[in-house]
Amino acid sequence: MHKVIIPIGPQHPALKEPESFRIQLSGERITGFSVKLGYNHRGIEKACEERTYLQDVYLTERICGICSHAHSTAFTQAVEEIAALAVPKRALYIRTLIGELERIHSHLLWLGVAGHEIGFDTLLMYTWRDREVVMDILATTTGNRVNYGINTIGGVRRDISLAQVKDILKAVDILEERTKYYIDISTKETTMIKRLSGVGVLSHKDAVRLGAVGPTGRASGVDRDVRRDDPYAAYGELDFNVITDDHCDVYGRAVVRLKELMESYRLIRQILKNMPEGPIAVKAPRKIPAGEAVSRYEAPRGEDVHYVKSNGTDKPERVKVRAPTLANVQTVAKMLEDGQLADLPIVIAAIDPCFSCTDRLISIKDTKSKKTNILMWDDLHSYSVKWYRDKGIDFTKLNRKLQGKMS
Amino acid sequence: MIRPGKMLKEVLETIFKKPATVNYPHDKSGMPDHFRGAIKFIPQNCIGCKLCVKDCPANAITINKVGDKQFECIIDMGKCIYCGQCVDSCMKKALEITKEFELAQLDREKLKVTFHAVPAPATPPKDDLKPKA
Repeated sequence: MHKVIIPIGPQHPALKEPESFRIQLSGERITGFSVKLGYNHRGIEKACEERTYLQDVYLTERICGICSHAHSTAFTQAVEEIAALAVPKRALYIRTLIGELERIHSHLLWLGVAGHEIGFDTLLMYTWRDREVVMDILATTTGNRVNYGINTIGGVRRDISLAQVKDILKAVDILEERTKYYIDISTKETTMIKRLSGVGVLSHKDAVRLGAVGPTGRASGVDRDVRRDDPYAAYGELDFNVITDDHCDVYGRAVVRLKELMESYRLIRQILKNMPEGPIAVKAPRKIPAGEAVSRYEAPRGEDVHYVKSNGTDKPERVKVRAPTLANVQTVAKMLEDGQLADLPIVIAAIDPCFSCTDRLISIKDTKSKKTNILMWDDLHSYSVKWYRDKGIDFTKLNRKLQGKMS
Repeated sequence: MIRPGKMLKEVLETIFKKPATVNYPHDKSGMPDHFRGAIKFIPQNCIGCKLCVKDCPANAITINKVGDKQFECIIDMGKCIYCGQCVDSCMKKALEITKEFELAQLDREKLKVTFHAVPAPATPPKDDLKPKA
């Protein structure tokens, strides 16, 4: 049959973020798939080098709008390791609490998106309505619905009061009941089981080979979770199960996320019961001694890795972020192999992608001379100026005008 | 145990429930107690140490000296990310978080809010000091 290549994105109604996919089709069947990242590159790593450590906490928080606590905790953990700060236990417990609340809101959000992608919008409406319960709790405990701003270097910024503990417990009870209902739905409702089973299959072998992380890996039987394997914050003192599944398809990924929700409720109850009294932060120095650290965090989407290198000043020398989607995005090509075009949105959505967290500019390969160059900041600037000039757009006048305005 | 229409009961029940949303802007559910909204400046407390300016991740704060121990503050609400770090950094409680969140403007310039310095209490006229005859 004649082969057709369809470009999906960078702008496409099925995509929530700008990202480009090229799909080779033979009829309705997918025979080739490639991803092009980079439409959402924001230069956050570079911007981190221009700001102080304290300012970077808020900047790294804005890497992702949904797992914002994951990124800011991973960053602060790395800085605290370099500065050898002894973070108070209560602060670690509060961090863990917010982390689990964030996991609940992220997984409920995913369930809604997955429902929407398979045309089951009733599920979207219900899960997102129930998600408001946890969003309200996050707003009362931290001061905001997203970008909580609870972390600071050396601890957390806000304490949890007894009244808040009661509110959280009440909310967890409501959410647990609702999640039980969703588990019941997804294991019995024909629409979901038939639509999701056997779609986007990723075998255990492929999941290990491609380095799948988080629920994507765990749904293929990869028994890995940073919370258990390399405990951070208060996870070492808490009892929880790592959920794995051997369905290896989108249905398995839905089941893993739903069961993880139940584990999160258990964790929150333990945290609130065992939370020690005491201070919530230690004073952190503005200048961090020279050194480097790697910090890992189990974000709702998988393992999040931050690397921080300091040089003794109040600004980091290098910050590197490996968002979970970068580890999972390669698996999509394998999942779609020999799949149907109509399965594409749900298969992509099933890894819970967050492309703007992932986008990095690392190197540019010249296909003619086989040379790889790394563009520096100034090169990038002159390249952009030249690129626009070649297209007949000149910003010189506007630039002068703006500079005149500033001075 | 697979059966279709598992959600039907819930769907029918929802018809008789109140909507989950509120009728904004006529009905405002309000913000929680410690919500981080717009930042307020209290000129009387400011000593001009500029720690807030140094710590602001968005460079949204400008503090100008306008007189002896008098400072005015310009906060660019368009730049502000409402993290509240300036409030934590301030040692003299010259900055405060308010619950205000409806801050949209049509003009970018209007987003810059200036908190003017309060003039020092006028020195009482000398006549008052003199014992009345």
